[in-house]
Formats: sequence, C-alpha cells, structure tokens
Amino acid sequence: MSEPVLVAKPMPSLMPTTEQRSRLRRIRQFKDNLSRYGVMSAGLAVVFSLGLIFFYLFSEIAPLFRGASVDITHRFTPVQLQQVESDPTEYLLLERYEEIGANFKRSGAVNFFAVNDGSPVLNAQVPRAEGAVFTRLATSTPDQGLIAYGYDNGQVALTKVNYALSYPQDKRQIVPSLVYPLGDAPLQLDEQGAAITQLAVQETSSGILMGALTADKRLLLGIFSSNTNMITGEETLSQEVFPLPALPEGVTPIAIQVDESAQHLIIADDNAQLWLYNIINPSTPVRQAPVAVPGGKITAMEFLVGTASLVIGTDQGQVSQWFLVRNSDNVYEVKFVRAFDSLAGAVIRVVPEHARRGFWASDDKGNIGIYYGTSERTLFLDSLADKPITQIAVSPIHHRALLLDVSNELAVADVWNKHPEVSFSSLWQKVWYEGRESPEYIWQASSGSDNFEAKMSFVPLSIGTLKAAFFAMLFAIPLGVAGAIYTAYFMTPKLRGLVKPTIEIMEALPTVILGFLAGLWLAPFVENHLPAVFAILIALPIVMLITGYLWSRCPESLRTRVPEGWEAAMLIVPIIITVWFCIVASPFTEIWLFGGSMPQWFTENGIDYSQRNALVVGIVMGFAVIPTIFSIAEDAVFSVPRHLTQGSLALGATRWQTVVGVVLPTASPGIFSAMMMGFGRAVGETMIVLMATGNSPIVNFNIFEGMRTFSANIAVELPETAVASTHFRVLFLAALVLLALTFVVNTLAEVIRQRLRKRYSNL
Amino acid sequence: MKKLSSKQTSWFQSGSPWVWLNGGAVTLCMIMVIGLLGLIAVRGFGHFWPADILQTSITDRAGQKQIVMGEFVRDEIITAAVARDGGYEVPADTEVITRHLFKLGNRDISGRDFVWFLDMGMDEWQYPADAIAIERREWGNFYGFPVAVQEGGAVVSKLGDEGFWQELDSRLRRALELHQQVSRIERVDIGRINKHMDDLRLERRRLELDGIKGEAMALADADMSERRAALEAEYAIIKTRRDDILAQATRDKLQVRTGSGKEAVIGFDHIVRITRPNEMSVLDKLVQYGDRFWEFLTDEPREANTEGGIFPAIFGTVTMVIVMSIMVTPLGVLAAIYLREYAKQGTILKIIRISVYNLAGVPSIVYGVFGLGFFVYILGGSIDQLFYPESLPSPTFGTPGLFWASLTLALMTLPVVIVSTEEGLSRIPSTIRQGSLALGATKAETLWKVVVPLATPAMMTGLILAIARAAGEVAPLMLVGVVKLAPALPVDGNYPYLHLDQKIMHLGFHIYDVGFQSPNVEAARPLVYATSLILVLLIIVLNIAAIKIRNNLREKYRGASD
Repeated sequence: MSEPVLVAKPMPSLMPTTEQRSRLRRIRQFKDNLSRYGVMSAGLAVVFSLGLIFFYLFSEIAPLFRGASVDITHRFTPVQLQQVESDPTEYLLLERYEEIGANFKRSGAVNFFAVNDGSPVLNAQVPRAEGAVFTRLATSTPDQGLIAYGYDNGQVALTKVNYALSYPQDKRQIVPSLVYPLGDAPLQLDEQGAAITQLAVQETSSGILMGALTADKRLLLGIFSSNTNMITGEETLSQEVFPLPALPEGVTPIAIQVDESAQHLIIADDNAQLWLYNIINPSTPVRQAPVAVPGGKITAMEFLVGTASLVIGTDQGQVSQWFLVRNSDNVYEVKFVRAFDSLAGAVIRVVPEHARRGFWASDDKGNIGIYYGTSERTLFLDSLADKPITQIAVSPIHHRALLLDVSNELAVADVWNKHPEVSFSSLWQKVWYEGRESPEYIWQASSGSDNFEAKMSFVPLSIGTLKAAFFAMLFAIPLGVAGAIYTAYFMTPKLRGLVKPTIEIMEALPTVILGFLAGLWLAPFVENHLPAVFAILIALPIVMLITGYLWSRCPESLRTRVPEGWEAAMLIVPIIITVWFCIVASPFTEIWLFGGSMPQWFTENGIDYSQRNALVVGIVMGFAVIPTIFSIAEDAVFSVPRHLTQGSLALGATRWQTVVGVVLPTASPGIFSAMMMGFGRAVGETMIVLMATGNSPIVNFNIFEGMRTFSANIAVELPETAVASTHFRVLFLAALVLLALTFVVNTLAEVIRQRLRKRYSNL
Repeated sequence: MKKLSSKQTSWFQSGSPWVWLNGGAVTLCMIMVIGLLGLIAVRGFGHFWPADILQTSITDRAGQKQIVMGEFVRDEIITAAVARDGGYEVPADTEVITRHLFKLGNRDISGRDFVWFLDMGMDEWQYPADAIAIERREWGNFYGFPVAVQEGGAVVSKLGDEGFWQELDSRLRRALELHQQVSRIERVDIGRINKHMDDLRLERRRLELDGIKGEAMALADADMSERRAALEAEYAIIKTRRDDILAQATRDKLQVRTGSGKEAVIGFDHIVRITRPNEMSVLDKLVQYGDRFWEFLTDEPREANTEGGIFPAIFGTVTMVIVMSIMVTPLGVLAAIYLREYAKQGTILKIIRISVYNLAGVPSIVYGVFGLGFFVYILGGSIDQLFYPESLPSPTFGTPGLFWASLTLALMTLPVVIVSTEEGLSRIPSTIRQGSLALGATKAETLWKVVVPLATPAMMTGLILAIARAAGEVAPLMLVGVVKLAPALPVDGNYPYLHLDQKIMHLGFHIYDVGFQSPNVEAARPLVYATSLILVLLIIVLNIAAIKIRNNLREKYRGASD
C-alpha cells in the first residue's frame, strides 16, 4: 500500500456473490453426499463380500444333502413293444449319452430305439439254436455289461452291447451293435442238455463265470474263456463246467449270483435263506450253512458294482444290503449290513447303478426307491406309476432313466442324483465298508480304481485336527501364559520392551518355514535324540528352581546388585547348558536304557513310532501359537489396574500371592480368551501339519504317530478333485466346518475380551 | 543364622519358585525364538560360503580303501548297532561312532551325491591346492582336478603350464557371455514371436466365433498367412543366429580328473562357475560369497529348483503382493471409514464388527477354498465365457493365476487393514473433528481433509501388516495360482505387460516344494534355508516398519490430544 488510491472507483467485492455461494454450497453438498454414499456402498460391499464367503460355502455344500429327484418327461409305447403278450421285455438298457435305449426281449430280439421319440434305431437278434426256448436271462454288474440268455436245451447265449461313437460333420453319432465276447454260437453250459432255470453271469480275471440251475435241480458252474493264438490268430474257446453239490431236498432256488473274484456263488431260496458256495477251487466247492433273511420271502437279489455287496428285496418290500465278510476262521460269510426304507409292495426288481454303490428298486405297486449303500441313504421313494414297474434302466452318468411298466408303457425320466455318497451318518458315524470286517471310521476319498468305494468319514480328520491342536496347546499354554504373567507383572520395563516385540514378531513368521524346519530339521533331530526331549522336559523346571534357590542363598551384596525383574535374564545360561547337556547325553542314555535306539524300543513295546509325529507338530505348532497366546494374555495381565495389585502388596502379600489372589482372577477371562485364540489358530494351521506329519488319516491319540487334519487334507486333495464332484463338495464342507469352528471360538474369545475391558474400566 | 533358615523355608512359601518358573518360560520362549532365527540365519547365510574341498581315503564295507573327494557337510554320532546294521565291521567294544556326510558331487560319474562315511578307518583330511569345484548347468557340482583346456579337441593349455588358470578363466567368461546371448534370444525374441503366433491363432478363432465366413474370412486368412509367413521368416533368422552361437559355445572343453583318478571332459557351455576354494584367501571367499548371494537373488532356478537362484519366486511374491495391495487398500480403508464414520452405531454394527475382526482369525486355507471355488471357477469361468471365448476350452482366467491369488489374499487381509484403519480413526481426538465442523466444513471435508490424513499412518500400518501376512502365506496359494516352476515372469515386454492370468512362483511355496517334493533333499536343504532366510528377512523388515510407524503415530497423537 505505497500509493494512496486517487480515484474512488468501486472495488469489485472479493466475497463470492450470492449466486456463486449457492453454487459452491451445492457443489459441497454434492461432494458430501457423494462421499457419504460412496463410502457407504464401498463399505457395505466389503462387508457383503466377506459375508459371501459363508453363503458361497453353504451354496456349494447344499447339494450334498439333497435327495434324488426323478421327473418323468414323457411316456410312450415304442412300436416294437406294442404286441407283446407273448414276448415281454426281459432287460432294458440306456447308454452313456442317454440317447439310445435297448430293449432285450424274450424272443431274443433286441430293439434299439431313440429315447426321445421311440423311433427305432436298429434291430438285432441274440443267437439261439433251432427250436430252443428261452428260459432265463442273467446280467453281470452294469460296468461289465454282459447279458446271458439261457435256453431249455442247456445252452447259453452271451452278448454285450457296443456303442460306436463317431462325429460326422461335428455331430455325435452313436451306432449300437451286439458283440459276442465268446463268439456268436450259443455255449453248451449243460452237457446233458437240461433246461436252464436259473442263471448268473460275471466276468472274472480267469474268464466268464456262469452259475446255473437246471430243470433237474443240478447246480453247474461254468468258466468260459477265449484265447487268441498269437501266431495263427485263431481263437480257441476253452470251457470248463463243474458240478456243484446240490441243495438239500425241498429247497427251491429263486436267484443265483456269482462274484467277480470267482470265489463265491450265492443262491437265494424261496424260504428266505441264502446259501453260500465257496468256489475258489471249483473242483472242490464248499457249501456253507444257510443264512436266514428276515422280512419275508426273497424276491430279488443283485450284486452292486464291484460284487462285494448284495442287495436283497423281499415280498414285504424290505430292501437290505449284505456283505461277504471274512470271519475269524478266515472263511467268508454272508452278513447283514444295513436296511433301507421299505417299499410298499413286494420288491420285483433291483437295478445297480454304474460305477458307484447306488441302486434302484421297484415294487409291484408302481413305487420306485433309489438307495445308496455306503451312506445308508434312501434318496427317493415315491410312486411313479399305478402299475408295477418291471424294468428299470439307469444311464452310466445317472442323469436319465427308463422305466417300463407291465402295460409296456415306457417312461423317460430326468434324474438328479449327483451326491448320494454322503450323509450325516457316513461323515460322522462308523460305516461298514465293503471288504472290511466291521464298521470303521476311514477317510480314503479316492483311488486309482473305477470301482472304488469312496470312504469319506470326517472322524479321522476331526481327531487329527484336535490331536494336533491338543499337543500344540499342551506345549504352548504353559509357556505362553506363564511367560505372559512374568513379562507383564514381574519383568523390568526395560526388558519387557525388548521381549514383547520379539515374541510378537514371531507371530508373523511364515508357517511354511516352521513347517519346513519341523519336517526336515526337528523331526530327524527328535528321532535321533528322543531321550533328550524327555530329559529336557523334566530337567528344565528343576534347573530353574535350583537356580532360583541358589540365587536366594547368595550373599546379600551380590543379590542387591541385580534388581528384581531380571530373573529371566539370569536363567539364560543355566537353560542353555541344560539343553546342551541333555542333547549330548542322549546317545549314551539310549545305549544304557533303551538298547541303542529309543524309537526302536517304543516299537518293540507296542507303541508305533513314525518320524513325523504329533510330538514334532506339538512343539512346532505350539511355537507358532505361543505369540498369539502370549500377546493377548500379556495385555490382559498388564492392564489389570495397578491400584489392585498395590493394595494387595500393601496388605503384606508377596508378589506371587498377589498374582494368584488378585491378578489372575481379574485377568483370567483375558487369559482364557488368549487360549481360545491360540486354539483357533492351531485348528486352522495348514502348512506345519502338512509338512511335519505323514498326513495319514489315523484315529488315535498316540503322540508318536502322525495325523491328517482338515486343513492339510483340503490342501492335499482339493487341487486334484473334479469340480462339483461329491469329493469336491465334501472338501468344501470340511472348509465350512473349519470356518464355523474357528469363527465360534474366536467370537467367544472376542466377546470375553470385550467384557473384560468393560470390567477394567469399572474398576 | 536363625534368620537365614527361616528365610529358606519362606522362599518356598513366598511363591518365589513360581516366579522363577514363569521367568523360565519367558527365557525359554526367547531362546527358542532367537535360536530359530539364528538357525535359519546360520544355515541360510552359510549356504553361500565357498566350502573347502577335502580329499581323504576311507575304508568301505568290504574293507577296501577308497579315495573320496568333496565338501564336508556335517557329522553325526550314531550308536554302533546302527553302523553294524549298515554292514560295517565295528569292534565289539565301541559304542558310539562318528560319521561324516560328504557332498561328493559328480552325479553323472558316481551317481551318489551325498554319502555318509564312518570316521573309523578314515585317513587325514587333505585340502589339495589344485582341487576345483565346477558348478554345472546339469548334473550338479563336479569336484576334481583340472587337467587341460581343449579347443576343438586339441589341448591348448595343461595344468602346470604358465597361465593355465588365466586361460581357464577367459574361456569360461567367453562361454558365459555366449550363454547369456542365447538365453536373451530365447527369452526375448523367440518369446515375442511365439506370442504373436499364438495371437494370430486366437484372432482366427475369434473371427470364426463371430460368424465371419466366405469372402471376408478368406481375406482375413490371406492377411494372416502373410503375417504368419513374416513371423516364420523372422523366426528362421533368429534361429540360425541362435544355432550359430550355440555351435560356437561348444568349441571349448575342459578335461578333468576326479579325486579317484577318473578322467572326464566337460564342455564350457555347461559350466556356470569354477572355483578353487582351497587356494582362496578369506577376502577372495568373501568376494565369491557376495557373488553367489547376488546370483541366488537374481538368477533362475536350475535342476528342478535345487540349484541356481530364486529370482522368479521373489519376483512372483512381490508382484502378487503389489497387486494385492492395490486391491486391499482402498477397499479396506473405505470399509473402515464406513464402519467408524458413517454406519449407525448399534447392536447390528457391533455384530458386524466382531465378525469382520474374527475373519482375521479364520484359517487361510478356507480363503483358498473360497478363492478356488468362487473366484477361479465361478468368476473366472464367466470371464472366459464373456471375454476369451476364442481360447476355450483352454481357460484364461478360469484357472488359478496371479490375479486370483492376489484377490484371495486381498480378501484374507481385508480384516487386518480394516481393524488397523479403524483403530487409527478412533485414536483421532474428537476435538479435532469438532473443530473442523465448527469452522463450517461439511462431514466429507472434515473426513477427507482432516481425519483421513491424520489416520494415514494407521492405514500404512495395516497395509504393511497385510503385506507381511500375505507374503508368508502359502496354504491358500497352493489352491489359487502358485506353481513350482512358472514358464515365464508375470511381467514382460509383450502387451499387456502385466499378465494377470499367469501362474506365478512364490517364496513360501518354493520352500514347501523344494523342501518336500524335491528328489534330492540333501542338495535342496541349504537352498531352502537360504530361501527361508530371504522370506524371514522380508517379513521381519515389514513388521518392524509397521511397529515403528505405529509407535510414531501413538507419540504424535499423544501430543495432539493434550
């Protein structure tokens, strides 16, 4: 302002005009709203996406517990089925692409038809000798696909359906045909030419096995195989037929089955009895005493895939599963395993599913039941027709089925039956699996073989998870809590400022490093120095006490030089020396006390020892959990109001009495919450258990054996599972169990902690 | 005296023993923590120290003398019974025996890399001056003596000749230079051509999917075949250049002799490094140490990850963490601001807050499962259907990869950032807020210009803690995108430069994989220690940074609130 303003020109106001002000206000208002709604939507989106984890996991596992559904899409009577009184359908098939059905008739005519409209695709004929009359049809398990026609002249015609697949003009074309694994001439099963009244067929490693009953009540066992001569290319048929000891007088067989291992032949009679023949050595067969089947007369008997279990249906509608079980004398017996929900009428047909342990059953009132063996589930039970359903065909991929009733009306049904293998009982209770002597808890979800029965019990995994967490807590709680009390209450602030961050930093140490050290360094070390581990466990507390006592006996002048709160620092040297001594002495202890090797000694005394075991996991996972426990417990003890402790000390209590009488009761919820947090972490820890245990899903609490936990199991199996398969969803269920468990534990801990905080602020 | 004895009994009654036991617990924890870090540091750093090559003769099971040569690894005391089980003749009065683990190398000649030898019947250890260790691209290390340098089959210089070592050195340098050229050509030029070729294929497929037919397609085809031909021509030129260099590289060969006298010839093109540790001074060794350490950090892995460096793993970890940070920071901060500033405080919010906090304690594998199921299969599958139909059925984003790994970790660390930011916001004194509002600022202005800037250190702490957690996490990554050996880095010179769909290598997974899936555990072990060391250092540095920032922050507001 050096020069005065000469001309009194009206100065333009620097203040914004009303218009500008209102504009500015609008902009600010707009920005305010933008910020409000922007932040709100982002915040809600984050909260929502975190919540999504729960919903997604639920949605992924929901199909596991859904039953099956069968929706009939259309019904029709195929042309070939119309005049049928004299030539009924004996067997019905549906192929993998669910487009072509096959209809095997009594006359040997086989009609292939399109499932969608019933139009004929191909007609074929099963061979038959001139003048022979059909007597009986038998089929093997569906994965082998053998179909055998028995005739009244003692002959059997054996066939299979082959579907040739081609893609002319990028369109799938399926051409069915009948093939004859042993040539197209009927086989003479009964040399005497008697009519075959009952028949069973199965493909075994030594050829095709057939069991038959003739009209004159003889039991025959035939083994047929064809060999191709390597040089001439000529095929020769070898056939052996063995007579089996006949059933007692008055017993009328109504069904025969032979198994894939060519070891057993089973006959069901009209008195509800099962007769088991041991045919390991077919020339000297052994018949066992009959086993009674409860619940009425047997009307149907079929092997499930793998031929290790039988399904039996009765005239009272009962459906039950039976196993061939080895007893204590090493002899196989037929044993009742489980029963399913009954059908209303008499069971007339049992049809096993492909590749898994499920089956369908129909009764004479038009009801259909869908069952699954391992999980003991009745997935579907409903009336689908008002007439008896005589034939059922389920496709190999289980998405479609054909149902034929007595009036020859064919119903095509869409099937949803994706996850029959799992039920509450199969996850959490003992299950009797095929080939086992008794019900057990087993986790073995996959195998190389197609006919494998998946064993998915959560019990071994839960036990493993709890076992790992238990031993970790056993190690971590004493160290973490005692350390926290000392650090918070006794230690000098200077030392505390050093100790606390150091231990807290360990919380961030990647567990993969701990796991690696556990598996590759500690596990071999513990195995080689097992006595040292136990010696350290016993010696350390003793050395601490002795050091403390000796210190108290030291001359006053020396003691005053080190103020209270430095006990921990004084213990460093004694502890290191003790540990070192125990390790050095370990090989000598092993020689003197355990004959050279302590793990060996354990094994000899009946305790299994494996290198990567729960002891190693306990130590290392305990180490990983200590910082969590230590940090929270230390906070709880440290924030106990000073006036409480000072009051106690002023009344003459010693430091320790104050801890026990005042500090611990006040801080105990916090310490408890610390333990819960630690437990939550131990339960979910993956890498340490993955690397430091053998990951074998065993059911015991032996500290010298490994385990498999939920988390490690997910990490091992999930990458190799087919998406949306039952196994995949079961692993999601495992993740959900883990999530729920840790969530509950952590919430509890958090609530306790908040209560505690409130209590302190009141004090 | 009487006073003293009463003191003695009261020592127990006063509870002092318990105090000592509690103190012992802390000491034990500290010893374990420091011991663990020390173990990793010693083993990890020790890996790079050029070990001396020893030569000695041992008595084998059959009682024969044998000359062995190699590096000493460690020794161990075993009981005599174990040695007898192993087939050794041990005198009856011996109870324990020392045995030494030697790294013999020469896997192509003897087939045994690491071997235990009993101390019994072993001669003095010698350290011959001429002994060399050759690091090779295949077959691991070679230990032995050099004999002669050959060029095109003719001996150029022999051991003992004047300037032999210099000759060796210069030829090795030439071979390394050539090798570098080849790998640059392969990685950069050939990689680029392959990428373009693949793009052409996808372009055609896309045209097909778009329903372009007839003339338009023929035109496009003609154009493409022209471009393809150009690429192929370029490829042919590059290939001849590469083959030329490769042919040059095979010119020089080194004739060597093993400790037991077997002769062998090693091409210089297979050699990474030749050292003469027995002749080196401490200073030389230090230089070499630094060299090896640098190589470890910057080189690619060799021999099924058991040799070479870990650069792709470091790079993958860092890239993943950066992508994660970009996603987690804004989301976490906004969520925290919402919870603290905008949401209506009440029971529902309390439940939400506890739930969010607790998600920090949910096992990481659960996030991995969610990431695989939801992100990879559902989100990724949909992205493929929408944007990359031309490469189906081979998935682009519908398979585990960098982006999904980062997103999964972002979700996992979200609670950490939220908790930390909220804590920072709650520490800001209400007087500051009220002051701003009293001056007429709107809520948004108060928030973004006053409150949030003051809370930035808290956000930083949260982010650093999130990064530290993410960098060390392995379990979820095994499901959503980490592999043992990625073919390429996720960042390169080809558009779009950052390949979010690519699979990556990761330090933590590298440790798991090399330590547990590798065929040669003994050889892999030191490398795993070294990798662990790098990871631990990274995480400790991050955590200390977080703690420092937090402490500074506390100091700052202690002042502000007064």
